[in-house]
Amino acid sequence: MSNMKSVYGQGKDNYMFKIRLKSTILVIWFVFLTIICLLPIYVLLINATRSNNDISGGFTLIPGDYFLKNFKNMRTLEYAKSAFRPLIGYRNSAIITCSATFLTVFFSALTAYGIHVYDFKIKEGAYTFILLIMMVPVQVTSAGFVNFMIKLHLQNTYWPLILPAVAAPAVVFFMRSYMKSSFPLDIVEAARIDGSGEFRTFLTIAIPMMKPAIAVQAIFAFVAQWNNFYTPSMILLDGDKTKQTLPMMVQAVQASDKFTDYGIVYTCIALSIIPIIIAYIFLSRFIIAGVALGGVKE
Amino acid sequence: MASAAQRRIKSISYAKYGYIFILPFFLIYFFFQLYPLINTFVLSFHGNDTTVEKYVGFDNYKAILFETDVDMDVVKGRSPKLENMTPEEKKEARLEEQNKVGLKAQHDLFTKSFKNTLILWIGNFIPQILLSLSLAVWFTDAKLKIPGKGFFKVVMYMPNIITAASVAVLFLSLCSESKYGALNQILHSMGVVKDIESTSSSDFVKFVSGKWEPRFVVMFIQTWMWFGNTMIMLMSGIMGINPSLFEAASIDGASSGQVFRKITLPLLSPIMVYTLVTSMIGGLQMFDIPYLYHKGTYDINQNLRTVAVYIYERFHVSGTKSYSYGYSGAASVVLFIVTVALGSITFYMNRDTDAIAKKKQRKKLEQQAKVQNKQFGGLGI
Repeated sequence: MSNMKSVYGQGKDNYMFKIRLKSTILVIWFVFLTIICLLPIYVLLINATRSNNDISGGFTLIPGDYFLKNFKNMRTLEYAKSAFRPLIGYRNSAIITCSATFLTVFFSALTAYGIHVYDFKIKEGAYTFILLIMMVPVQVTSAGFVNFMIKLHLQNTYWPLILPAVAAPAVVFFMRSYMKSSFPLDIVEAARIDGSGEFRTFLTIAIPMMKPAIAVQAIFAFVAQWNNFYTPSMILLDGDKTKQTLPMMVQAVQASDKFTDYGIVYTCIALSIIPIIIAYIFLSRFIIAGVALGGVKE
Repeated sequence: MASAAQRRIKSISYAKYGYIFILPFFLIYFFFQLYPLINTFVLSFHGNDTTVEKYVGFDNYKAILFETDVDMDVVKGRSPKLENMTPEEKKEARLEEQNKVGLKAQHDLFTKSFKNTLILWIGNFIPQILLSLSLAVWFTDAKLKIPGKGFFKVVMYMPNIITAASVAVLFLSLCSESKYGALNQILHSMGVVKDIESTSSSDFVKFVSGKWEPRFVVMFIQTWMWFGNTMIMLMSGIMGINPSLFEAASIDGASSGQVFRKITLPLLSPIMVYTLVTSMIGGLQMFDIPYLYHKGTYDINQNLRTVAVYIYERFHVSGTKSYSYGYSGAASVVLFIVTVALGSITFYMNRDTDAIAKKKQRKKLEQQAKVQNKQFGGLGI
């Protein structure tokens, strides 16, 4: 009997040991991947605090004390000033991103609500159509889009960057699925009996009830717009720095021959990604949950 | 008996609100997306540069897809035929041949861009799916005791959130082919990169201007940016599998490899197909990183020119170039057809197979019932 017990105990210990060993190896592997994920960003931040000479001197993980000088050079040197102006970039990106994000979530909620709540002839047809156009890549329409916008003389304005945000099929799809699971139609009936108009019902009842879905989609729409380089660069053609968005200014740094001071280059890149990283630190929980819901489609 | 008021209430239809609510979406869609799409198709049948207004039929498609043989001798003026021509005829023949060379160049550019897209996509998808799948399996394994799962997930997703344009320029600086590039510095200190005698330079690895090196860098960046996203999607897929299956397998003494092959993988296949196709469509759109990964003075690295970059370069005018809407449109239409084909695969795979099987079964039962009815002389039992 005691013999059997010891055999059993040994087996169990063996099993626990195996699990623990595997867990340890995996944690080491995950830490390695974490380092790979963070290292480029870390090196970027470190190099932004070093002078050009220091950077040519070799690779290091210890920060220098040159950041303020780099920053000052970026603000004063003519070639840097003419290519990268972070405050104007932040402002322009914020104008486009905020308006486009608002339009995307508001009109997607409106469209999803219209399809979900009302019965009308083309309801199913409209929804199928939205599902079908979800996968059409932006590159496919862009030649015709640019040609059309130039004909309308809308190039170099923000309208072609903001207005198309109203039609976001993937967001409509997500909101419709959310409404199916958590927006009972009885509520609309009840509101009608209480004398609420249709549009008021949508604004004061549906939107507050859809807050979680709207928040997730707003975050994704915001990130996608903020990072968008493709559309602004094909519409804003005249090279007017006061109109360019942040990613376009980063491209100006890359395209210029004059940026030979790597300290300034790293400072510019760091300034372009710091806002989004700070936002991510605060919102990561929602973002991860949103991706798990399949809320992001790219 | 219903009063007049009641009858009127019954007949109130809210359908018009449905139309009003979805109207803005469709108006904007037709104006900013559908019409541009149609316009792209129209442009693809029209000329380039100065002949944008001219209808040219399928010439652009022929040019980018099939144009292969150009007699270079004729172009360089070495053709014997040219000698017997009048100057005007000569000029015309030359122009025609030059045009042909232009077409050949378009064909080469386009096929090369397609090849590049495929190489870059395969090179980023395979490591990405292997990494994401293994991580997703380990993260969802309840037996393993891994601390800080939430932290790892947050960190691994982070590269996806950073502006792609900034990432491209960041890696461009890190991989610079000079003493300023961090990667070359590390290789130098490891002794892989050696100093060239009698000059102050070293034989740096061509991470920017080479052929395969920049491709590997772009593949790495793409994997780096997207593996966290794929991992989280696959994780939610694995967590959707009935946990009692894993429990039963573990009680039956299945090893983790067996569980993966016999349970996880088969039940995950719809999501895997979805990931595969969305990744392919995403790969066809690869633009920011290949386009920006080159240093200003050189032209764009031709080994990184993807289809999206090809399209963009045709319609985006910079410097002395002129609009080539025709080629751009034709390439867009080809891209559109490929995307539609890929998209229909997902629709086909994601359709509800259970529902279809049930429908078939019901039909079969009905038919059997009919046959039986006939056997009993249509009397029914």
